[in-house]
Amino acid sequence: MAVHQVPHRQLRLAVIGTLAGLFSGLFGVGGGSVIVPLLMLWLGYEERRATATSLAAIVFIAAFAASVQGIYGNVHLLDAVLIGVPAVVGVLVGTWIAQRLHGRVVSLLFAALLIASAVELVLG
Amino acid sequence: MIGALAVGIAGGIVAGLLGVGGGVLFVPGLVLFLGLGQHQAEATSLLAIVPVALVGTVRQDRYGNVERRDALTLGLLSLAGAAGGVALANALSGTALRDAFAGLMVLVALQLVRRTLDGDGDVPSGASVAGSSVEDTR
Repeated sequence: MAVHQVPHRQLRLAVIGTLAGLFSGLFGVGGGSVIVPLLMLWLGYEERRATATSLAAIVFIAAFAASVQGIYGNVHLLDAVLIGVPAVVGVLVGTWIAQRLHGRVVSLLFAALLIASAVELVLG
Repeated sequence: MIGALAVGIAGGIVAGLLGVGGGVLFVPGLVLFLGLGQHQAEATSLLAIVPVALVGTVRQDRYGNVERRDALTLGLLSLAGAAGGVALANALSGTALRDAFAGLMVLVALQLVRRTLDGDGDVPSGASVAGSSVEDTR
């Protein structure tokens, strides 16, 4: 498979991992928006495989970054559980809906919501 | 408590629906609805992401979509970067970090718009697996 024949694979993975870790630690996100496009661009992954592999890497990245944040005393444990566990159910529901409707309008509405929230964050 | 549950469920649904990560929703949710500071919101979001990513990984692995070796390599080689990122975040003021995060949200929004307008955008070019659609494993 083409994915396994790219030169300097380990080096490329190291660069992607480091960038994703920095991004994740800095912003409190998983880092998928760094990993997925780079796996596709540098290692010839197709989108679905890139997304799935990225999810698995994020388990390590987020758990470790959360532990380091824990040392700084920033983690609100109860809130994390109250958000993370229902979110699992939410993702299953969202995936189920996504398979049944074309999300064009939803995507654009959500993009607008993101921008509105960004403005609210900065001004509010 | 109700607020956190709502942020979790809503964030999860949108993440599953659009294929964006949970963090970009959890962080503003924690700041705007639960009144956490930017640092606390980011730290708490990181922990909340773990179960979501874990369940997603198990599902995707069942479909054979996870390149396990690469995922493990990526995960292990990200640790130094992650520690550096957290240190950097904690070196910044809440305001600076919040403004940078708002910039990130706008970028994600633009990426989403571009992906949507690119002819639905969710059909990978080239090496897709024969005989299966993208939607069936998402």
